Amino acid sequence: MTTARRSALPGFGPAMAITLCWVSLIVLVPLASLALRPWELGLAGVLHSVTEPRVLAALKLSFGAAALAASVNVPFGLLVAWVMVRYRFPGRRLADSLIDMPLALPTAVAGIALTALFSPKGWIGAWLTPFGIKVAYTPLGIMVALVFVGLPFVVRTLEPVLMDLPQDAEEAAATLGATRAQTLRRVVLPALAPALLAGFAAALARGVGEYGSVIFIAGNMPMISEIAPLLIVIRLEQLDYAGAAALGLIMLLVSFAILLLLNLLQKRMGVRVR
Amino acid sequence: MSQSQAVPSVFPTATRERPATRVVLTGVTIVLLVILLLLPLTVIFTEALSRGLGAVGVALTDPDSLASIKLTLLVAAVSVPLNTVCGLAAAWCIGRFQFRGRSLLLTLIELPLSVSPVISGLVWVLLFGANGWFGPMLDRAGVRIIFAVPGLILATLLVTFPFVARTLIPLMQQQGAAEEEAAITLGAGFWQMFWRVTLPNMRWGLLYGVLLGNARAMGEFGAVAVVSGHVRGQTMTMPLQVEALFNDYDWIGAFTIAGLLSLLALVTLAVKAALEWRIGERSGALL
Repeated sequence: MTTARRSALPGFGPAMAITLCWVSLIVLVPLASLALRPWELGLAGVLHSVTEPRVLAALKLSFGAAALAASVNVPFGLLVAWVMVRYRFPGRRLADSLIDMPLALPTAVAGIALTALFSPKGWIGAWLTPFGIKVAYTPLGIMVALVFVGLPFVVRTLEPVLMDLPQDAEEAAATLGATRAQTLRRVVLPALAPALLAGFAAALARGVGEYGSVIFIAGNMPMISEIAPLLIVIRLEQLDYAGAAALGLIMLLVSFAILLLLNLLQKRMGVRVR
Repeated sequence: MSQSQAVPSVFPTATRERPATRVVLTGVTIVLLVILLLLPLTVIFTEALSRGLGAVGVALTDPDSLASIKLTLLVAAVSVPLNTVCGLAAAWCIGRFQFRGRSLLLTLIELPLSVSPVISGLVWVLLFGANGWFGPMLDRAGVRIIFAVPGLILATLLVTFPFVARTLIPLMQQQGAAEEEAAITLGAGFWQMFWRVTLPNMRWGLLYGVLLGNARAMGEFGAVAVVSGHVRGQTMTMPLQVEALFNDYDWIGAFTIAGLLSLLALVTLAVKAALEWRIGERSGALL
């Protein structure tokens, strides 16, 4: 880490030049337009454009459904990660590869597949219809899609932490007379809490902006099952660029605020546990 | 110390659940994974094949669908190499040097991962669309970016920007610079060092990053949906074609193209598993 060791290698200048050009062209300038365009409307205009009832309903749905789906994925992901890391069973490697499926499968493909499964005539939908449960074309469908895309985020955040978790604390608890359930609740779960929160945050962040897997199954009824990203697309189609940018900007800002908060909470938890 | 011998005999059972609990938890996990992950994959192929292979053949030879396959390959063929070269440059800077603003640069590189795909498309419309900053200028010059192929490429570039750098940086930091420094001290030039030391050391990691980036480039939907303009046979990539066919109630057609994309995803996952086994660790597991 000394200066001498660093300067021994060549190529920093040209590589840096390429990197900076590329980052500016592909990331910085485009995102700057997102930060600047909304203000053409003026402050009052921006506020008005992001507080229309239809916009508020869409924002509430996007953030609410993403938070709910991430909450569902925390216990699901904990179970899957625990079984994958701690247990050995035939087909484990195959199952482990399968967990990445929602990340590798194009979102539009996932969207039509889930719609086909959960439509009233689909394999799962047909089972649910007699109970009066409608999934496709309702906000529940949005939840299903977001649980699907979010699961790998929780599992993949938890797995490395579980692998590194020292088992001596569990042993100590057991020798001190704790039952297995007590050990899991009092020793393992608190140690995993920061990672669970990180997984929740990752799944939430993905869910808020998710588009492809949701729009097919959502039904897209204004005020009921219309997500915020879809509203951006609709505004663009109406050539309301500033309105679309305002909505995009507010989505980004709220997401960042939530992630920052979760990050702080996670750090505080990490300190308390150690 | 007399108890120290008792500890190992307690240890295997003390840190495990009862056998019955383990069987139940494993069973629930497998059922969960099958319902949530395997069923959607299966339904794609069964829907595509529901009227036999002949219908799939007809769907595959549809001129618009063929055009969408070609366009997807073109977009990936342009954007993946560009992002690979720049990802390599970024990984060289961040993985091998300490400098001011290093973590800021890393944040900027990873930024596209936490932005909604729709926003990744939107920003290009804000720049180059009919009402965009540079829109009127481009219009006078007769250049089309939005609702044309260049827009699709730009949106894909932004979405797949982080993959190569993000995979390589942890790998390079873990390997350390000793071998490269030895090469330079022994008189090798930059390119000699790069081809003989750097690239061979990180070839599997590089392949991994390119693979994940390519899967995303070919499968991206939200970002390209915004800039495409949906001109059939001209600006529709495969995922957009899937949407169009699905909305036309052409389920065989939609699920056939979706099946092709699923095969791509399956191949990606298989190669990824093989590479992870080779790299020996899960670096950048999230796509």
